[in-house]
Amino acid sequence: MDTPRSVTFILTLAVVALAIFPWVGESFYVSLVMRMMILGIFAMSLDLLIGYTGLVSFGHAAFFGLSGYLLAIVTPDSGPVSIWYALPVCLAGAALAALVIGWFSVRTTGIYFIMITLAFAQMLYYYFNENTDLGGSDGIFIFYKPTVMLGSWTLLDLDNHYTLYYFIFAGLVGSYFLLRMLLRSPFGQVIRGIRANEARTRALGFATFRYKLVSFVIAGTLAGFAGFLEGLHTGIMSPAHLGWHESGTAMMMVILGGIGTLYGPVVGAFAMVYLQDWFQELTEHWLLLMGGFVIAVVLFLPNGIAGLIPQLTGRLRKKSPAAQENGDE
Amino acid sequence: MDISVFLVQLLNSIQYGFLLFLVASGLTLIFGIMGIINLAHGAFYMLGAYLVFWLTGITSNFFVAIVLGLPIMLLLGYIVERTAISFLYKRDHLYQVLLTYGLILIFNEMQKLLWGTNFYSVPVPEILKGSIPLTENQVYPHYRLFISMVCLALAGVLYAVIGKTRLGMMIRAGAVNREMVQALGINVGRLFAIVFSLGVVLAAFAGMIAAPVSSVYPGMGDQILILSFVVVVIGGIGSIKGAFIGAMIIGLADTFGKVLLPDIASVAVYATMAVILIWRPQGLFGKA
Repeated sequence: MDTPRSVTFILTLAVVALAIFPWVGESFYVSLVMRMMILGIFAMSLDLLIGYTGLVSFGHAAFFGLSGYLLAIVTPDSGPVSIWYALPVCLAGAALAALVIGWFSVRTTGIYFIMITLAFAQMLYYYFNENTDLGGSDGIFIFYKPTVMLGSWTLLDLDNHYTLYYFIFAGLVGSYFLLRMLLRSPFGQVIRGIRANEARTRALGFATFRYKLVSFVIAGTLAGFAGFLEGLHTGIMSPAHLGWHESGTAMMMVILGGIGTLYGPVVGAFAMVYLQDWFQELTEHWLLLMGGFVIAVVLFLPNGIAGLIPQLTGRLRKKSPAAQENGDE
Repeated sequence: MDISVFLVQLLNSIQYGFLLFLVASGLTLIFGIMGIINLAHGAFYMLGAYLVFWLTGITSNFFVAIVLGLPIMLLLGYIVERTAISFLYKRDHLYQVLLTYGLILIFNEMQKLLWGTNFYSVPVPEILKGSIPLTENQVYPHYRLFISMVCLALAGVLYAVIGKTRLGMMIRAGAVNREMVQALGINVGRLFAIVFSLGVVLAAFAGMIAAPVSSVYPGMGDQILILSFVVVVIGGIGSIKGAFIGAMIIGLADTFGKVLLPDIASVAVYATMAVILIWRPQGLFGKA
């Protein structure tokens, strides 16, 4: 985990900017940034699989959407649910689904893994799409945001725009440090070993199946956390949240931001949401532009934006040694 | 379920399985030979259906529409291979998935630009309008039988081309060892372009002949793509025989799932896949 110092500097600036943003941005953009941060967590969790464990999952939206649906299910029609009940249920649901799907999937590799994760996610998609009790293809509303109470005292009021923003912000920063800790642990070393050379890692005596499964469950649970936040933020869950377009978009965020870096997928999420918003303003047929953009990134920017930053700063350094000292401190 | 209903459902599942086979065989060929995972395969199925709808409207003859439509799809397949897919050989699967995902977005949106979001139907051609009486109140339409016959004939042709011809020999050799085939003086780039275009034509043809029995609608390609993936995974990636058996299994699971367990019909297909994968993770005819 040797993050270049120039990147650390930019990231620190970005975090500060995010912290003050609600006080300066218009409410539309504040809401957009919340969406960016939620998808940032989602993309980060996918990068744990793609970028660190070497598992290219094409069904990651399953856990994202499932958890959001669980929030909708545990929220009664008449009033809010306690977060101390809702959040564990959502996370446990996502973790359990990841355990079952992972148990089938991680024994396969390469293209099989891609196709099987996709097929399982579609299975869940069709389940929710056809279940009329849960709104079928229209989706289901979550009318009340969960309460965060300590005894009879309201700790956080998530109906408040600012509180919700900082709740999500804390979730993003927390997820980042959690994953960083995980990747620096011996467990992180092993899964990176699996990505580099699974046969050799197994020969060293590690039960790679178990490590991959644990990684899959952790990633699924974190995606579930993102899905919980999504339900909280938008107040609606639809089958599209589990669909393969959602999984494809998440994959795109990981690649666009920079695979195998924790901050890259977050950058990718911000860029993708921003682009989506911009394309939608330009034309009704914005998916045409999005498709072209996806192809262009694959062909011309396979290392993503994160791959550009060290490259650019490296070039600056060669030109002026003074910039280095300024840039680093 | 009495025996005649069972018979009709059995015929339906075989016919559906044949259609799935046409799409899945292209998918599995493209992967087995070129090492490319092509998500846009379903989009070609959809484009085939729309083309035949559009051309039938113009020429008012279903068969003429197919004859006119196939060269268009062949050309489209060739162009896509040259301008996009050919950059993906030796790239990680991840990038193949993403690029072909980008292609889907473009094709789906182009379809909306050209034909809108309505559902269309294509009339069954006049000479195939009749049906065969099975019992007093059960009939089986000629057209569905026609689909099965055509698909069976195509499966035979495919088997013969791959097993018996020089092109088939090159295809099989290319799948085993690309560099060696190249060293023997065969233009692998052109071989790949041919295989990809043929796969596209197979998918589009499936969409064309399916158009009169299923309606023509946006997103029809996505659904068939996922099912074809399931077929390919069950059968074993790269195996035509596997694709055939897999398509029949999924045809049966889907059709009988809808009759017996209507609430969870689409789950039945994936449950079947899960059971087969516990037994053989590499698919029925796949090499581990």
